[in-house]
Amino acid sequence: MIYRSTRIFALTLFAILIIAPSFIVTVGSFKTTSEVYTKPLSLPENWTLDNYRYLFEVSNVARPFVNSTVVTLSSVIITLILASMCAYAISRMITVTGKILFILFTVGLAIPGQVNIVPIFILFNDFNLTNKLSGLVLINVVTTLPISIFILTAFFKELPKEMFEVSQVDGASPWRTYRSIALPLSRPALGATSIFLFVITWNELLFPLLLITDSEKRTLPLTLLSFRGEFFSNDSMIFTALMVASIPMVLMYLFMQKSFISGLTAGAVKG
Amino acid sequence: MTQTSAPTIATRNIGAASRKKKRDAAIYYLMGLPAALLFSIFYFVPFIANLRYSLTRWDRITDPEFVGMKNFVNLLTNDDLFFKVLGNNLRFTFLVVLFQTVFSLFFAILLVRNTKFNILLRTLYFFPTILSSVSVGMIWLYIYDPNYGALNLFFNRVGLEAFALNWLGSETSALYAIAFTQVWFHTGQMIVIYIAGLQQIPQELYEAAEMDGATRWQQFKNVTWPMSIPTTVVVMAYTTIQSFRAFDLIFSMTQGGPNNASSIFAVMIYQTVFNELRIGYAAAQSIFFVLVLVLITLLQRKVLGSGKER
Repeated sequence: MIYRSTRIFALTLFAILIIAPSFIVTVGSFKTTSEVYTKPLSLPENWTLDNYRYLFEVSNVARPFVNSTVVTLSSVIITLILASMCAYAISRMITVTGKILFILFTVGLAIPGQVNIVPIFILFNDFNLTNKLSGLVLINVVTTLPISIFILTAFFKELPKEMFEVSQVDGASPWRTYRSIALPLSRPALGATSIFLFVITWNELLFPLLLITDSEKRTLPLTLLSFRGEFFSNDSMIFTALMVASIPMVLMYLFMQKSFISGLTAGAVKG
Repeated sequence: MTQTSAPTIATRNIGAASRKKKRDAAIYYLMGLPAALLFSIFYFVPFIANLRYSLTRWDRITDPEFVGMKNFVNLLTNDDLFFKVLGNNLRFTFLVVLFQTVFSLFFAILLVRNTKFNILLRTLYFFPTILSSVSVGMIWLYIYDPNYGALNLFFNRVGLEAFALNWLGSETSALYAIAFTQVWFHTGQMIVIYIAGLQQIPQELYEAAEMDGATRWQQFKNVTWPMSIPTTVVVMAYTTIQSFRAFDLIFSMTQGGPNNASSIFAVMIYQTVFNELRIGYAAAQSIFFVLVLVLITLLQRKVLGSGKER
């Protein structure tokens, strides 16, 4: 009895802690700021799209939205290609090289990007890679390679060796075996990896903050941050920007909850 | 004739096979190369270069000047901010690890069975994980706002005006307020990890405990907890790393303020580079950051490792 009532109480409390802020933000984006402050939990008296209109017409939120989309899609695709190739090679190499490669990326996994703030800032300035979307793609690929290779190597090692050996005996090159056998088999692992890559790349703040100063090249998280100065004490505008920035991920989550949960849990170590 | 030709064919086959082996090995190298090169040039080499920067005084306007170990000496003997931030970082990590682990284990136990209701709640609790740190930061900036925020509005409505504080604006509460947000942000993810671990515990153990008349608490103490220690190790390790990487969240909520009360290593390093233009000093700070991370990871392994053996 005590257990059941504690259970219901705890579950409800946590649910409220998640639902209430989400609700306030969602309905708040259709309200005026003063209505957000006085009656955060009530539905808007007059539903208005003014905030959205202002955000797209005056603040040009479409620009960072497109930037984020381009950067995220390119980063995820390039990472998946490079990581799956490398992971397959590591899992099939019997020599020391495979081990050395694996150790390189495992050590890399242990170095958080934040430790590299100084040298990456300098290197990217020297190579003229700042204020470029391609520079962001490059740093995203580099920082997500270790975790992706880690997950995919584990997956490839679990697959029965015979599948690859048979194909090799038939005279197929490793490249063909990778393309026609390993890749199709690893679709679930690639799917899970791509989901967390999507989420962390879309949400990344640190490196855009280091490398982008040109407002035309800003990604969504950077833009949100700058809106805070621009719309100071105008929370309904902030909420609207939050909605725009989060909607792609929220929609994907609604339709693919299971893959999102398993994918993001596999990548949890990346934070 | 036949006696001599047979070994020849065999040798030829071996020759062909070994040639294919060599060619295959070369292809494997080529497949691993792009990732390894990119990663080395843009991540690993910079990491090493950082060591060199740490021995200089450099503002990126004039040329770097070699100063030996001076930056490290300064950090350890003449930098109150460094120790304040170290303390903040350790407190933040400790609190987040403690509460996130306890809460996620608690909710995992409540939601361990795969009923429709439980799966729905797990999906709900997981939801914040997909948001960006900046979004989460903005949401909680509003909630914590001293004048208009939801939290103080709530306290004032229910007559607890004494609790209506300036959560992020005060040096005493800012770090704790952010720690709470971090726990809110990632508990759902850890619940999922715990549930996977709990579902591995053999059901017979609970049946046996029930036959012995064990209470729920005794079942937890004697079955669930000892059996879930390996998962706890994973959850705590993940949470520790996440808390050290909370730069995005802290930067978007307080930028480390007020008066550096909520600053952690990454925020301090960023500000040393961009606000003070002291590249060499920031590099030295990063090296301490790595050392602290390594130390904590080793310590955690040791403590929890001995727990596992017990």
